[in-house]
Amino acid sequence: MSVLVIAEHNHQTVNSATLSAITAAKQLGIVNVLVIGYHCEEVALSLAKVEGVEQVLVIDNHIYQHFLAETLADTIVPLTSHYTHILAAASSFGKNIMPRIAALLDVVQVSDVIAIESTDTFKRPIYAGNAIATLCTTDKIKVLTIRETAFEPAMMAKGNLAPIHTIQTTLTEKTNQLSRFIEQQLCDSERPELNNASVVVAGGRGMQTKENFQLLYALADQLGGAVGATRAAVDAGFAPNDQQIGQTGKIIAPRLYIGVGISGAIQHLAGIMDSKVIVAINKDENAPILEVADYSLVADWQEVLPDLLNRLKMGN
Amino acid sequence: MKILVAIKQVIDHHVAIQVKLDNTGVETNNVKMSINPFDEIALEAAIRLQESGIASEVIVVSIGEKPIQTTLRSALAMGADRALLIQTDVETQPLAVAKLLQAVVAQENPQLVLLGKQAIDDDSHQTGQMLAALLNWGQGTNASQIILKDDEVQVTREIDTGLEIISLSLPAVITTDLRLNNPRYIKLPNIMKAKKKPLTILAAEELDVDITPRLQTCKVELPLRRKTGIKVENINELITKLQTEAKVI
Repeated sequence: MSVLVIAEHNHQTVNSATLSAITAAKQLGIVNVLVIGYHCEEVALSLAKVEGVEQVLVIDNHIYQHFLAETLADTIVPLTSHYTHILAAASSFGKNIMPRIAALLDVVQVSDVIAIESTDTFKRPIYAGNAIATLCTTDKIKVLTIRETAFEPAMMAKGNLAPIHTIQTTLTEKTNQLSRFIEQQLCDSERPELNNASVVVAGGRGMQTKENFQLLYALADQLGGAVGATRAAVDAGFAPNDQQIGQTGKIIAPRLYIGVGISGAIQHLAGIMDSKVIVAINKDENAPILEVADYSLVADWQEVLPDLLNRLKMGN
Repeated sequence: MKILVAIKQVIDHHVAIQVKLDNTGVETNNVKMSINPFDEIALEAAIRLQESGIASEVIVVSIGEKPIQTTLRSALAMGADRALLIQTDVETQPLAVAKLLQAVVAQENPQLVLLGKQAIDDDSHQTGQMLAALLNWGQGTNASQIILKDDEVQVTREIDTGLEIISLSLPAVITTDLRLNNPRYIKLPNIMKAKKKPLTILAAEELDVDITPRLQTCKVELPLRRKTGIKVENINELITKLQTEAKVI
């Protein structure tokens, strides 16, 4: 079995979700990692140091400055013939390009894999995680996206450096006539990324206003964490869309999750179930989130949150 | 400009699903079904493009067994001009759906195909991208804004790190995200009108596409449940528990 992992990066650093995909790949066979980007030497070098990576393939060209699905799929498909499995993280990057690759190869894709049972059998959540399906396929190449929270990130190996092979692209600027990049509006933040923060403080509609979310940011900063939100809170404009946690937002698994003013719709709970410790602060004692919380405090957040913040600031 | 909207009928999102006792799947008998919420957003987007004079016709298509007609009728009541049911009792999986839609596109020649970014039953998040690949069209996934300009369409995509704006040459495939719009409620007179709108049924075999399922479901089971924890009385107790018991702060 030989596995190709499509790396996700910003041309300088590797996304941690790729390291989780490498861990999944190691359970399947020999792991090669493909880095496509522009001036992305650093990315290739850091992946060559990752335990279990046998080889890093690099395609470096200015046409890969932005990650357009059409360009990436046309680049990746011709490289897949030697592989039994093609993997990427189930992030917005992987979800965008992998089905395009699978369809061009005329093979099915298994999305959001949470466990590898064998080389052709995989587990994945369905119905927002309310059921787990075990699926198998006999397709010649298995295309999988890997849920980051289900696999530990692969570690850097000591002293070992996998060979790095550069491949020239056969595509030019003119190859892709279908799509064109215009701009990105990134939410720059000093805080850790929601996907892999060890502490996440999340707010729901119960926070009532965008201003009240400031208290959650203060709490997150005190704990070195990130801030997340429910769909209702994002829809109400309390937080930007990239902070949405849940079935259609981000799936997180922090060491500590604190949900404030969140009732706990199944779509939101689907995104936090793998958290190590769940704390819920809600004034409604029947809120569904209390059923999954390790520690619940039935209280109005306005009365207890400032106190919690002060106590943490004072080092208790 | 013709727009094709692909919709899927799924278990209504308010229903708490039941896993079958023999672990072969999720119970769908006698369960309320409705349009996949993301597809409803796609349909709303298409109808708005028609209302603003950009689209000339909105065709809605779905794949499955005959009862899906009720969902197609609702789509007509929302504002689609005509509906197409690709009838099959085979379990439809994203790649097969994309192939059937490719055949429909060949017949209908739309300039734009709109679909939800994922269906809330299998959460696969694949069909739109697969269809775009098979058609060799551009794809704009997770759209939170769609702006048509001459022979191009500008799509704002929701991505993990924020927003990405791309431009696609037409024809193109766009999958819709939550914040694109709020679908309208269906008005009673429109339900009556929808009964008179054309709904064509076509056997999947007639499209000459291999839709044999290539993913076998071995088992469907309940996830491991988290145990309900304890109630703390105040912030003092919470901090103490987090420090000494959970050891996370």
